[in-house]
Amino acid sequence: MDNTDSVAVKEACARFDFDPKRLLDILWQVQDVNRCVDANALTDIAQATGLPRVSVDGVASFYHFYSSRPKGRFAIYLCDDIVDRQHGFNDLLAVLRDELGIAPGQITADGLFSVDLTPCIGLCDQPPGLLVNQYIAGSLTPAKLRRLLQDLKKDSHPGSSFTQGGEGQNGNSLIQTRLKNNIRRRGAILGSGQLTESGLQNASELSSFEILETLRASGLRGRGGAGYPVWQKLDTAFRQITADKVVICNADEGEPGTFKDRVLLTEQPDLVFEGMTIAARATGASQGILYLRAEYRYLEAWLEERLAQRRAEGLLGSHICGTEGFNFDIRIQRGAGAYICGEESALIRSCEGGRGEPTSRPPYPAIQGYKGLPTTVNNVETFCCIARIFEIGATAFARLGTPQSTGTKLFSVSGDCRKPGVYEFPFGLTVRELLNHCQADDAAAVVVGGPSGQIIGRNEFDRRLCFEDLATAGAFVVFNSTRNILEIVRAYIQFFVDESCGYCTPCRVGNVFLLERMDKIIAGKGETTDIDYLRQLADTIIETSRCGLGHTSPRPILSTLANFPLVYAALLKAPNAGSQPGFDIQKALDEARHLAHRGSTLYDRDYSGGVS
Amino acid sequence: MKKKKRLATASLAGCFGCHMSLLDMDERLLEVLEHVEFDRSPLMDFKGFRQRCDIGLIEGGCCNEDNVHVLRQFRENCDVLVAIGQCAIMGGLPVMRNAIMHADDPLRECLEEAYNESPRVLNPGNHIPNDPALPLLLDKVYTCSEVVHIDFQIPGCPPSGDTLYQVLMALATGKKPEFSYGMIKYD
Ligand SMILES: Cc1cc2nc3c(=O)[nH]c(=O)nc-3n(C[C@H](O)[C@H](O)[C@H](O)COP(=O)(O)O)c2cc1C
Ligand code: SF4
Ligand code: SF4
Repeated sequence: MDNTDSVAVKEACARFDFDPKRLLDILWQVQDVNRCVDANALTDIAQATGLPRVSVDGVASFYHFYSSRPKGRFAIYLCDDIVDRQHGFNDLLAVLRDELGIAPGQITADGLFSVDLTPCIGLCDQPPGLLVNQYIAGSLTPAKLRRLLQDLKKDSHPGSSFTQGGEGQNGNSLIQTRLKNNIRRRGAILGSGQLTESGLQNASELSSFEILETLRASGLRGRGGAGYPVWQKLDTAFRQITADKVVICNADEGEPGTFKDRVLLTEQPDLVFEGMTIAARATGASQGILYLRAEYRYLEAWLEERLAQRRAEGLLGSHICGTEGFNFDIRIQRGAGAYICGEESALIRSCEGGRGEPTSRPPYPAIQGYKGLPTTVNNVETFCCIARIFEIGATAFARLGTPQSTGTKLFSVSGDCRKPGVYEFPFGLTVRELLNHCQADDAAAVVVGGPSGQIIGRNEFDRRLCFEDLATAGAFVVFNSTRNILEIVRAYIQFFVDESCGYCTPCRVGNVFLLERMDKIIAGKGETTDIDYLRQLADTIIETSRCGLGHTSPRPILSTLANFPLVYAALLKAPNAGSQPGFDIQKALDEARHLAHRGSTLYDRDYSGGVS
Repeated sequence: MKKKKRLATASLAGCFGCHMSLLDMDERLLEVLEHVEFDRSPLMDFKGFRQRCDIGLIEGGCCNEDNVHVLRQFRENCDVLVAIGQCAIMGGLPVMRNAIMHADDPLRECLEEAYNESPRVLNPGNHIPNDPALPLLLDKVYTCSEVVHIDFQIPGCPPSGDTLYQVLMALATGKKPEFSYGMIKYD
C-alpha cells in the first residue's frame, strides 16, 4: 500500500475516535478515499481499533458497498430490480458497455469508472435508475446516460441536467437531484396544507404514561411490515430501568418496490424527527439513530442540516421545548448495502459496527438492544404517524382506516401503470381501487408488500390492503399481461439468495435450492414432483430459519403456486418411465468423451472405441 | 406361506458403508429374510435382475455412466426405489468435486488435482487412468433423485442398522417407513 492509502486509514480511524463501534463509518471513509478497503487497510484498521483483523474483514466483506478491489473514481451501481429490467435496464447496460467498454464487475483501464449491479435503489417509480458515488439518478434513457458519462469525464461532476430541477425538495441545494416525488395522493401524513406541525409541542407537555396511552388509543401499528402495535414496543422499553434508552428510525427501505420512506425523508424530514423525539419522550431515551440505507446517502447533507436546524430551535438537544429533563439527540448511521439490515436486530448490530446478522430473541431489542440498552426500532412512516397523532388527536387518527388497521398508509406504486408514485390512503382500500387510481389498465399480477409479501392475480383484486387481509409495508408493483410471472419469481428468489446473511443453513442453502428448482421448471424440465419439492422445501425454510428473511423468502413461489397454478402446469413435463427430464446423459458425458478421447460403451450406439 | 417381497440393492458412487450397515442388522437379518428375498445385490453377487423386484435400495450417487445405467435399470425393475445414505441423497463425499464448477474444464481440473497436482502424489509419467474398461465420468456428480424418481430417501452416513431394519420391515409389510426423531437425527 502506498503511503497516501495508509494516511487515509489513519485519518478515518482518528475521526471516529478509534471506536470499534463506529467501524461502518471508518470503513466508509476508507472506501471513499481509497476506493477500496484492501487487505492492508483491514490490518491497519484492526490495529487502530483493537479489533481482531478477522472481525474487521468479516464486517467489510459483509456489506455490498465495501470492496476489496478498487472501484472506479466514479463507481456506477446500476439498479437491476425486476422493474428496472423491464423498463430499459438492458439499454443502459449496452450504453455502459459501449461508452466505457466494461461489463458489470469491471473497471476501466484508467480507473475512472467501474460498473456493478445492485438491488432496488428505491426508484421503481422512475426506472431505470443508478447510483454514481453519492449521486442518484432515475428515469434514465440511453441518451441521458451518455450525457451523464460525458459530464463525469469532463468535469468530474454530473452536469446540471442531473442535479437541477428536481421536484420539491429534490431541487434543494443540499440534495440536488433531478428525482421526482410523484406524490399522487396526500392524506393525514403527507398533509394537505392545513396541518400545524404541532405534535411535538403537544407531546412535550405530556408524561410518558399519557403519550403511551394516546398511542394505544390511536391503534397505531408499525408501518415497516410486521404491524406490531407501536405503543406496546415503546411501553416495554419505557418499563426498563436503565441509565439510558435508544430510539432508532429504520430508514433501510430495502424491500424491492418500496420508496415511500425516500419521499418522506425528502419532503417531511421534520415530521420523522418529531416522531422520534416523541417516542424518546415516551420511553425516556436520550439517544436517537436514523439508520439510513447507503443508497440514500444523497439525502445526508439535507438531513444533517434539518437536525442542526432543530438543535438551534431547541427541538433537539437538552430541555427540548423548554421541558426540564427532556434531552434527546439524533445521529445518522449510514448503512453499507445489505437488505438484511432492515431487520431490527441486524440493524442494531450494524449500528454497533458489526455484521448485519439478526440475533436470536429473547432478549427483545426493547429490553436489550443497541449497546445493551432498551431500544425501540420503528419505520420512518411510523414516526410520521406518531407525530401526526399528537397533532390531530388519537380519535381522529383512529377514525381513519379499518378497526385493526387505523390511520392512513403510504403505498409505493410502480411497474406497469401510467401513474406510478406514492399514494396515501386510509387502510382498507381494495387492490382494484388502487389499480384504478394508478391507471393500470392491463394488470395481470400485483406484488403486494414486495418479494417478502404476496404475488396476487386478478381473482384477488378485491382483497383489501390492511392488516386484516393483505398486510403490506407499502410496495405495490404492477405487472401487465405480457410479463412472465416465473421470471419475476426467479428474480425475487435470486434477491433472497444474494441477501441472506448466511447464518441459518435452511435460508442460506435452501433458497439456492429453490432457485435451482425454479430454473429447472422455467427450462421446461420440471415435473409435478418438483412442485412437491418446492412446497416441502419452502415449509422447511419458513419453519427453521431464524429471522423474517427466511420466514418470508419462499413466498414468491408459494403465492404464485396458489394464485397462478396454470403458469406452472403449462411448463411441467409428463413423467417419463421414472427418468428425470432434467438429466441429460449425453451432455453429462461430453466432457469425459473429449478428455478420454473415446466414446461411451453404454450411451454411444455406434461405439467403436476411440472417437476423434 | 405368504409370498416374500423381492429386494435388490446396489452400490453406486458410495463407499459400501451403507451396505455394511445392512449387515449391522445382525441377527435381525434373519427376521428380515423371512419377509424378503434377495435378487440382484452385491450381497448375493447377482449381476443382473432375475425378475422384477418390489424394493430397490441404492447406496451412492452417480459419478460415471455405469452408475446412471445401473440406477436406470433399478428404476425400471423395482416398484419402490429407496436412496439410502448421504451419498445417494446429496452426493456425499464424491460430490465435493462439483465445487470446481467455475473452471472452464472442471473434470480435467479434478483429474489433474487427483492424479498430478496434489502435493503428496508421485506420478512421474503424469498418467491419468483411461483404460477403455473404465466407465466415462460424468461432468459432475448427480444425486439419485436428479437422475431418476426416488420414492424414499433415508438419511445417514450410513443410516444405522436399526434404521435400515425399520425401512425393510415397513416396506416388506407394505407400509411407509417412519422413524422416531432420534433415529434420523445425526449430531
Ligand atoms: C429481512 C427484513 C428486512 C426488513 N427491512 C425493513 C426496512 O427496510 N424498513 C423497515 O422499516 N422495516 C424493515 N423490516 C422490519 C423491521 O424488522 C422492524 O419490524 C420494523 O422496522 C419495526 O418498525 P415498525 O414497527 O414501525 O414497523 C425488515 C424485516 C426483515 C425481516
Ligand atoms: S433466516 Fe436467513 S437472513 Fe435470517 S438469520 Fe437466518 S440466514 Fe440470516
Ligand atoms: S452415505 Fe456414507 S456410508 Fe453410505 S456410501 Fe456414502 S459415505 Fe459410505
